[in-house]
Amino acid sequence: MGILEIFSKRQEKSKDVAKERLKLVLVHDRADLSPRLLELIKNDIIDVISNYAEIDIPDIDIKMTKTTKEGDNRPVSALIANIPIKKIKNRDDL
Amino acid sequence: MEKGNKGISIVVTSGKGGVGKTTTSANIGTGLAMQGYSVVVLDADIGLRNLDVVMGLENRIVYDIVDVVNKNCKLKQALIKDKRHEKLFLLPAAQTKDKTAVSTSQMVELVNELKEQYDYIIIDSPAGIEQGFQYSIAGADEAIIVTTPEVSAVRDADRVIGILEANEIYQPKLIINRIRQDMVKRGDMMTIDDILDILAVKLLGIVPDDENVVVSTNRGEPVVMDEKAISGRAYRNIVKRIIGEEVELLNLDEINQGRFSKMMKLFFGR
Repeated sequence: MGILEIFSKRQEKSKDVAKERLKLVLVHDRADLSPRLLELIKNDIIDVISNYAEIDIPDIDIKMTKTTKEGDNRPVSALIANIPIKKIKNRDDL
Repeated sequence: MEKGNKGISIVVTSGKGGVGKTTTSANIGTGLAMQGYSVVVLDADIGLRNLDVVMGLENRIVYDIVDVVNKNCKLKQALIKDKRHEKLFLLPAAQTKDKTAVSTSQMVELVNELKEQYDYIIIDSPAGIEQGFQYSIAGADEAIIVTTPEVSAVRDADRVIGILEANEIYQPKLIINRIRQDMVKRGDMMTIDDILDILAVKLLGIVPDDENVVVSTNRGEPVVMDEKAISGRAYRNIVKRIIGEEVELLNLDEINQGRFSKMMKLFFGR
């Protein structure tokens, strides 16, 4: 590998690293929920939904975020859950 | 603003220390006075008084905010008139160690009294989010958040925005301080948009990293009075936005072209 090649090999820009790290840390800062509490909530949600559907557990994404209410500028915290459903259970099984 | 109308109180805060709260407070206060408004800049950083030295008024202090709330003196006696601007006053912090020397209700009462007589009350908040900070925001109608383009400062800014909202001070406005455009260009400093994207607040202004700020602070003359300094222009723009004028953001690329780089351009065409 020539010297030019070493220099031209672009590392990720440090400002992008900063931004990504900030975004992650703020998710937890903003929620007054500890990661442990979030984990408990997640497990309960999984239990409930599993009664009705088969879900893709490793792909579940649950996080706290901030949003604004419609027609109102006041910010509110929101729990966003993205739960991939593989299959709805047959009604007869319920 | 006509007499009899109520003034507006604005707290300048950041969470993290050392990002330029006091400099910002001094410059906004002075800038508003330059526009003809009557202004009180209130140093709420009890125990770590600094607004007086930044404004060059440290030799005139007789009474301070603790004297006022304890009724050791009248409010008017504690207000220090600025050297250069007729309608600009400083209410100094006390140098006592006791950060709880002023209570939240005393602060609200004090700010309300000031609002009766002055157009703008600029409150310089202490760093941190403890009691001192809590009482500094108590009397504020609006908030200005100061941050620098660093992860620690932005993180703390976000925290403070949350606390302000919890205290019913909504939609604080952001000042991004000490931007270094050369680093932004290299991708080594977050851009204005990066920071706005993360914090989701409205931008009040940007201030480039400028050594004139240090020089002017050395002299006790806020840089907003310096016609030539780029940071002075940045603060004048911020002041205009506060009073409701629409001013375009500084073009930081243009700024970096000092005399030297213009010459380089002339000779080398780049």
